[in-house]
Amino acid sequence: MTIATPRVGVITFPGSLDDRDALRAVETMGGEGVALWHADHDLRNVDAVVLPGGFSYGDYLRCGAIAGHAPILDEVRTFAARGGPVLGICNGFQILCEAGLLPGALIRNASLRFVCRDAYLRVETSLTPVTSELVPGEVLQIPIKHGEGQFVATPEQLERIEHDGLVVFRYAGPGGEVSDATNPNGSLENIAGVRSAAGTVVGLMPHPEHAVDPDVGPTGGQPLFASLLASALSGAVV
Amino acid sequence: MRFAFEVLVTLKPGLADPQGKAVEASLPALGFTNVSSVHVGRHVRLDVEAPDELRARDQVGEIAHRLLSNPVIEDYRLIDAVVEPDLGSALEQPEGG
Repeated sequence: MTIATPRVGVITFPGSLDDRDALRAVETMGGEGVALWHADHDLRNVDAVVLPGGFSYGDYLRCGAIAGHAPILDEVRTFAARGGPVLGICNGFQILCEAGLLPGALIRNASLRFVCRDAYLRVETSLTPVTSELVPGEVLQIPIKHGEGQFVATPEQLERIEHDGLVVFRYAGPGGEVSDATNPNGSLENIAGVRSAAGTVVGLMPHPEHAVDPDVGPTGGQPLFASLLASALSGAVV
Repeated sequence: MRFAFEVLVTLKPGLADPQGKAVEASLPALGFTNVSSVHVGRHVRLDVEAPDELRARDQVGEIAHRLLSNPVIEDYRLIDAVVEPDLGSALEQPEGG
């Protein structure tokens, strides 16, 4: 008897940078990485989809704005609506917001500076495909590297995000404490990642795909990919 | 007919505008110490082929809403069309040279 290997698609857009790291992270954690192309109308029967980091279309207009209308986003929309797990990392998060699959928007860091360092994330919910194997309150060490990572939302959106428990991660300290001092970019309420109302789509600015190999740094990304692979196997897509 | 439009995209009031703040902070060094409320937006110019101005304007409005601006963080404003069909081509293909 063979155990099924979950197939996780990683979409490459013109200007994606971290697509290969995302594929490698999937394979490191025991999944099969499947390269997908932004201009195709085909998800190649994958069990989960990752939109990787980078600078799609050179960040022209707004980060993620042009990629948010890429042909494959039609398929991602349908996939998510059927319960398929979708993870957007950094530029992928920006793309999902621009595509209307996640609430809010990402603007330039309050400091005006590009930040590149490890961050501590406090897990806020287990009810997503990337946190299903985590417990709220757990703290993960994962790197951030972005110039436009300040999460903002309209007052109505923010109220709904908080009220409906759509915050997935907050920037925190090593002990899980959340304050202005632990906020690297000015994000509202220290929000580092959010989910869709249905819970199947998740976006975050930090880079879990850079944090799976103990030889090169912290491994806070491992449980996210482990959860994603488990969720992919559970076959929510019908 | 060809109609030229300009679209101005600006951050919603009250939203942090770090670019505007950076510009504002650099002004005192130039001797301008009496300037405040600096905001940076985006200006997009485009030509539309359409049977009449109303239809062209509707289309530009949709483009501004769906792509040029993000309604979560930005407002947009259309600047009146220049109803001079020759102006666009004259701008793009200057005589002589």
